[in-house]
Amino acid sequence: MKIIAKTGNEAMAEAMRQINPDVCAAYPITPATEVMQIFAGFVNDGLVKTELMMVESEHSAMSACMGATAAGARTMTSTSSQGLAFMYEMLYIAAGYRLPIVIAEVNRALSGPINIHCDHGDTMGARDTGWIQLFSENAQEAYDNLIQAIRIAEHPDVQLPAWTSTDGFIISHGMENMEVYPDEAVQKFIKEFQPSFTLLNNQQPLTVGAADLQDFYFEHRRAAAEGMRHAKRVIQEIGREFGQTFGRSYGLFDTLELDDAEVALVAMGSTAGTARMAVKNLRQRGVKAGLLKLRVFRPFPAEELAQALKHVPNVAVMDRSDGFNAQSAPLATELKTAFFDAGLKPKVIDYIYGLGGRDIHFTELEQIMEKTLQAPEPGDLDSRVVYWGVRE
Amino acid sequence: MKPTMVFSRTPGLKDVVTSYCPGCGHGVAHRLMAEVLVEMNALGRTIAVAPVGCAVYGYDYWNFDTTEAAHGRTPAVATAIKRVLPDRLVISYQGDGDLASIGMAEIIHAANRGERITVIFINNANYGMTGGQMAPTTLAGQVTTTTPEGRDVSQTGYPMRIAELLATLPGVKFSARGALHKPGLVRKAKSLIQKAFAIQDAGTGFSIVEFVSLCPTNWGVNTLQAVEMVEKDMLKTFPLGIFKDEQVGGKD
Ligand SMILES: Cc1ncc(C[n+]2csc(CCOP(=O)(O)OP(=O)(O)O)c2C)c(N)n1
Repeated sequence: MKIIAKTGNEAMAEAMRQINPDVCAAYPITPATEVMQIFAGFVNDGLVKTELMMVESEHSAMSACMGATAAGARTMTSTSSQGLAFMYEMLYIAAGYRLPIVIAEVNRALSGPINIHCDHGDTMGARDTGWIQLFSENAQEAYDNLIQAIRIAEHPDVQLPAWTSTDGFIISHGMENMEVYPDEAVQKFIKEFQPSFTLLNNQQPLTVGAADLQDFYFEHRRAAAEGMRHAKRVIQEIGREFGQTFGRSYGLFDTLELDDAEVALVAMGSTAGTARMAVKNLRQRGVKAGLLKLRVFRPFPAEELAQALKHVPNVAVMDRSDGFNAQSAPLATELKTAFFDAGLKPKVIDYIYGLGGRDIHFTELEQIMEKTLQAPEPGDLDSRVVYWGVRE
Repeated sequence: MKPTMVFSRTPGLKDVVTSYCPGCGHGVAHRLMAEVLVEMNALGRTIAVAPVGCAVYGYDYWNFDTTEAAHGRTPAVATAIKRVLPDRLVISYQGDGDLASIGMAEIIHAANRGERITVIFINNANYGMTGGQMAPTTLAGQVTTTTPEGRDVSQTGYPMRIAELLATLPGVKFSARGALHKPGLVRKAKSLIQKAFAIQDAGTGFSIVEFVSLCPTNWGVNTLQAVEMVEKDMLKTFPLGIFKDEQVGGKD
């Protein structure tokens, strides 16, 4: 077993070296820059066979990724925040064309005002673009998720693009001990890319993305939605296979002390790691606290989440972005829909926290869980949605 | 003997320490721009648009109104400000990633429409803010963090000469390239800014001043070596000069 210290960005660059994609096209942006920069070194040193294109913007980067994938190449890129936002037009097209591109996304707050630190506003802004979205708690998961994302995206029942979300600076620049698997084992796990259709095959001429009006547009979007539905099963199958191969299994989410919990904290990304400490401390003080760490945000595992939380009367949702929909932020909004469909009505309080990189401490998560337990049944918006840690 | 003040900080800049690295050209360009505005008595009618890049904090240093644009979008923002407030002096301040890479569409079209704005363009041959990656202006063979063995023009293209390129457009009335690494050149640089602002005030069209700048930190050299690199390498690819000057009734 090879344990080494790596930052999240180094870990993702390492995964990309082992994946050895055919094509990468990228434009730098903090805090994701290093991923492609380290990778550019691998290309230069001949450690990968990748065609690396340093294009003039993310708009062009994602367009180039689309061209490459349509031509049958396994294609990856990395970006963050404004870069992902600048890809927005192409994100929909990539999903609509069923091109299994993979992005190593590093979460950073969106402008404006301009900010370079972590929140989930960037990927949340693109949550309905048709991309599979996996969150990571630490560098190990960033590495593991990126490897799995290749298999998930390319699976014939899915054929949709995917990104892995990694908390900017907290994970991308924080150094941790992690296990790196042998190159051959990773190559064996991801297999050869076998696209169902590719351009430049004159035995089977085809058009990718032909105009689709009232006649077939709806059917094609419906088919993509079906790919996303299949992804839920495929993600779990691949997560199990990953466990059998490398010793770390992955599902849709992960739980801690949830069985008898009276209050559950639902979180994504590095905050889930912080919450482990908070749950432990509360348990020591006799508070029945538990954690649900959501790994897969798209497809949203609504039934499974409702099932896992059905016995918990108080739920604190940690939203590291604001939906500005005046009801609650993205994660809480979706979770409440899941509860509704399952006929459940727990007390759900949405905590919008950590915007623009504002730190969150485990003692704050303890306070949040205690506050959620004590809070009255939420009536008005003020008690349902709490902006945590803001000066007002 | 009574002391006499021979030099003082220009009131066009705030009395703060900048975030620029030692030897960086942004600070010199800021001062020249500010000095010219003071001499024109124009501080009160100047609006700048700050880029995304090392000069993102321009508004912390410039003593005039500033707005921030998304990466590469300053010419479009400046265009609109000028059209809404035509009596103001509007400056689009940009780096080479901002202007020549992600913002290429905006700059070409603002120039082609002959927008009455002035662009101050800092060419340091790399993306400074993100840690020294290859820019469209990176020299052939230049080592950057994304071209570890030097820019291979057959793969990544050739350094772009923006001042010459924009000079070909009829909407552009002034296009010049200056440098910031020697006292004599700094004085000339200032006169280029004066001319560009005069064109804007004359209301005839678009003006741009490109500056060959220094980035010792990302070039991995000290300031003296950076000066030498500009002299030896950069000026060969980016010759100094005025490529277009259609100043109406202008002097010299
Ligand atoms: C859409 C988008 N993509 C990428 C970035 C990241 N980024 C910030 S500054 C910069 C490059 C700046 O280089 P340049 O314009 O040459 O200015 P310098 O820092 O060298 O002065 C990049 C790529 C961003 N902010 N927004």
